[in-house]
Amino acid sequence: MALLPARLRVEKIMKNSVEIKNLDLQFGSVKVLQDLNLDIGKGEFLVLLGSSGCGKSTLLNCIAGLLDVSGGQIHINDRNVTWAEPSDRGIGMVFQSYALYPQMTVEGNLSFGLKNAKLPKPEIAKRIKQASEVLQIEPLLKRKPAALSGGQRQRVAIGRALVRDVDVFLFDEPLSNLDAKLRADLRVEIKRLHHKLQNTMIYVTHDQIEAMTLADRIAIMRGGQIMQLGSPAEIYGRPINKYVADFIGSPSMNFLDGHVENGTFEVGDLSIPLDGYEFVDASATDGPATMGIRPEHVVTGELVESAPFQVNVEVNLIEPTGSDTLVDCEVAGHHFRVRMDGQSRVSVGEKLRLGFAPTRASLFDANTELRL
Amino acid sequence: MTDTSLTPLTGPQGPKPRKSFSRRNIFLYGTLITITLFYALPLYVMFVTSLKGMPEIRLGNIFSPPLEVTFQPWVKAWSQACTGLTCNGLSTGFWNSVQITIPSVILSIIIASVNGYALSNWKFKGADAFFTILIFGAFIPYQVMLYPIVIMLREIGLYGSLGGLVLVHTVFGMPILTLLFRNYFTSLPEELFKAARVDGAGFWAIYTKIMVPMSLPIFTVAVILQVTGIWNDFLFGVVYTSPDNYPMTVSLNNIVNSTQGVKEYNVNMAATILTGLVPLSIYFVSGRLFVRGIAAGAVKG
Repeated sequence: MALLPARLRVEKIMKNSVEIKNLDLQFGSVKVLQDLNLDIGKGEFLVLLGSSGCGKSTLLNCIAGLLDVSGGQIHINDRNVTWAEPSDRGIGMVFQSYALYPQMTVEGNLSFGLKNAKLPKPEIAKRIKQASEVLQIEPLLKRKPAALSGGQRQRVAIGRALVRDVDVFLFDEPLSNLDAKLRADLRVEIKRLHHKLQNTMIYVTHDQIEAMTLADRIAIMRGGQIMQLGSPAEIYGRPINKYVADFIGSPSMNFLDGHVENGTFEVGDLSIPLDGYEFVDASATDGPATMGIRPEHVVTGELVESAPFQVNVEVNLIEPTGSDTLVDCEVAGHHFRVRMDGQSRVSVGEKLRLGFAPTRASLFDANTELRL
Repeated sequence: MTDTSLTPLTGPQGPKPRKSFSRRNIFLYGTLITITLFYALPLYVMFVTSLKGMPEIRLGNIFSPPLEVTFQPWVKAWSQACTGLTCNGLSTGFWNSVQITIPSVILSIIIASVNGYALSNWKFKGADAFFTILIFGAFIPYQVMLYPIVIMLREIGLYGSLGGLVLVHTVFGMPILTLLFRNYFTSLPEELFKAARVDGAGFWAIYTKIMVPMSLPIFTVAVILQVTGIWNDFLFGVVYTSPDNYPMTVSLNNIVNSTQGVKEYNVNMAATILTGLVPLSIYFVSGRLFVRGIAAGAVKG
């Protein structure tokens, strides 16, 4: 690498690790993936996020070569692998159910793929040693999977991908079978692993926290298509349509149905000024629209005075979660949730003054549901 | 909290008391005991009769234990009883049955397990149609195919030989065994198969290194089904083999039904028990695995 001219080296870094071109997949008459295009850069951590049945796992299986595609191409490291066997694609995969071979020891599990690839024994031993050091599973090598805890099993499963010494890691909801605390721990560990190895990682999940914390870029999928592809901040801050806006964020975004008129948003008897709102299309015309405001972007208390828009509400319901308190109320006839600090004292029936900035809100066309 | 420990609890507490002579228990155990007797009594009668001499049997007390225990009927049944012209007892039939059963069981299980594995994991075009036809085969009465198979065996030169019977048993074991294996392999997590493919294992490597080691229970079930089925077979044995190659069941029938002289009940009983001994011992040895395997294969399908 060091011998390459600088210009070439840059090109090498800029190259895509995985390219998916016009991918189609159908089972019988059911189209699962439709004309899907996706480029994943070298060393990028891409998360495929979507609710169940959106085709995210199917896409991952196509990349792995476990499903035959109906149309299009898949390139990994500039090689067309559309027809290649899974083991020849230069990928390692981690499954939700760990999928460890129950009759083999941890060591046997790690070495199975290497033995199949007919690697010399010293090389196998070396790689197992490295991987088990990275994942801290050295004391477990002689154990069978049944004698391991869930977290240890998933670590071994990651190790199985690690020893293959590949450029692309595929994760199929790897943490979904673990309890909440372990999930948070392993999430951090996966992120650390990515920093250390700098491999390309494609990670399927339905958990938006996992997606937000891990991803360089998130691809939100729905109905076999990618709705939005962007950095976590972009997806959170500027969702491309109402579906993405609703899907990302917990508690989910508040929506107010109204219409845009002369630079203001009219809902019920309220009129919210849209000064400073960045329209996607500057020439956007007036018409029916939906405004989305995240519960955490609404301010209360002293901060209200500085907010460009203010409104009085009555508290209907309180959900304390410890760190935050969620307040249910009604704005212009729409159900509206506000996130307040966990320390704040509010009670049901109390009057509350809310404020928010339209610049942080999102506007969607009422018909197309696309961002305005 | 401290108060409750001071005042004693009143009312129902702890485990609920159960009457041992409730109506439910009497009905339950009564039924169980009746059914047990129904199955165990004939076996008992056979066993005691086989240990009696003929004079004692003529007294007619079939339930009484033998006054004078003799093993002569067993020896006679094994090596001296007459079937038609020859008087070699059951021993010839026994060895014939062994030579029929072992290759048939091994062959049919190997082929059916690979079939089931391919049908569940390597879905090929027309796999479902193939499977349906195979299952349909399980419901066709054997009698329909008796004569066509005679002709087929004659044409390939196996009619009357042990090899021919082995072939017939292997083929007829296929539908039910394939169903059994396919359902078991389908119940194994699909991700294991995917992981093995990513690890570069091919068709046979996945079968031998991943699937078979995980499938001991279902292999046990298949062995039991096949051993008992083939060992107990009478129809195929009598149709497709010649008298030299008759399996044990056919020899038994010939001993019991030979009409010359006195009916030797004790020899007949001993011969019958001897014939049933192989399937019986298989059950005893692997009964627990059998139940586990049946349950495992039955869950999904």
